[in-house]
Amino acid sequence: MRVVFAVVSNLSLTTPYMDYIDYYKILGLSKSATEKDIKNAYRKLARKYHPDLNPNDKEAERKFKEVNEANEVLSNPENRKKYDQYGKDWKHAEQFEKAKQNQQQQRQHRTYQGGGQSFNESDFSDFFASMFGSAGSRQGGQSVRFRGQDFHAELHLNLKDVYTTHKRTLTVNDKNIRITIPAGVANGQEIKIKGHGGPGINGGPGGDLYIKFLIENHPTFKRVKDDLYTTVDLNLYTALLGGDITIDTFDGKVKIKVKLETQNNTKVKLKGKGFPVYKKEGEFGDLYVTYQLKLPTALTEKEKELFAELAKLR
Amino acid sequence: MEEPTIISITTFCTQYNVPETFIQSLREYDLLETVREGDMEYIRVTHLQRVEKMIRLHFELNINMEGLDVVNNLLQQVWQLQQENQELRDRLKLYE
Repeated sequence: MRVVFAVVSNLSLTTPYMDYIDYYKILGLSKSATEKDIKNAYRKLARKYHPDLNPNDKEAERKFKEVNEANEVLSNPENRKKYDQYGKDWKHAEQFEKAKQNQQQQRQHRTYQGGGQSFNESDFSDFFASMFGSAGSRQGGQSVRFRGQDFHAELHLNLKDVYTTHKRTLTVNDKNIRITIPAGVANGQEIKIKGHGGPGINGGPGGDLYIKFLIENHPTFKRVKDDLYTTVDLNLYTALLGGDITIDTFDGKVKIKVKLETQNNTKVKLKGKGFPVYKKEGEFGDLYVTYQLKLPTALTEKEKELFAELAKLR
Repeated sequence: MEEPTIISITTFCTQYNVPETFIQSLREYDLLETVREGDMEYIRVTHLQRVEKMIRLHFELNINMEGLDVVNNLLQQVWQLQQENQELRDRLKLYE
């Protein structure tokens, strides 16, 4: 029989529709595994996927949660018995029993959907409160006070955003946090917001929130540490005869003197026109400009003649 | 009010419910540097996160002191490689 819930009011709750989780498979065990086998398998996998040993690895974090959940079920004889008996719906074993009783008593208001039974919202909430209480994790052994879980978040910014120091308001777990993003922050850099992580365990202090900055590519400027790189088009005549050109930078327009007989792909350095150095006010990297020579097209007859004359001179 | 920069080992161990011998072992294995002021010994607040991690690894995963030392060194290497990888990826963007 499959129970169908009519209303799901709490996103953190799991519904019977979720995919079946084979806890034995997660721990690499057969159904005949002994308590010792389970303990050994759990320890081995926990050592492999523990978040402290796999920094910034979301896949490991996900697997660690799976392993923990599997251990929570299989290492507790009562939970294991329910799981073995009810399989994927083990957490709802008590509900099955209650549903059976209700069917016999024929007192509850109910509707059938397929082969199952639906519950109204109030039954659902009360039921889950008691169910999760009974199926909750064990708190045996040493009661260590831990800091709350650290939260990790990613903030996508574009290069122009981090050229100047600015403030942003972020919403984390329904709380607004106003943070200052210093100019020159690096791609992949993390900042810590103290106390905005999860609550402490057994009276421990709250965790911290770590925000990782992911800086997206800019169409014109590439950044390497504090230096910027860009490519600008240069016409034939300026390349040959020299002259002034104006280019755009994050800091406004800049005039560059192009040398006589500048070759294609010549790179020039504009000192101090690069990216601001993180937390060093007034310090900037350099801007490297590469000239991309553009030859004229659709020449007129006169131009062709003149180029031919020039060619003869060489 | 200024935030404290050190925390006494006794207070720490009470708060975290770990035996003081654990902190002594960390010190003996050069996994933690403590501060002595008079008769009291302290942990720097900046080291708290590292100590918490070692508590988790020791008590949750049964990793002994030698193991913690190895883990610390390897994690340091992982961190350096991640930094290097990030720098190389940023450099690669020049050619995208």
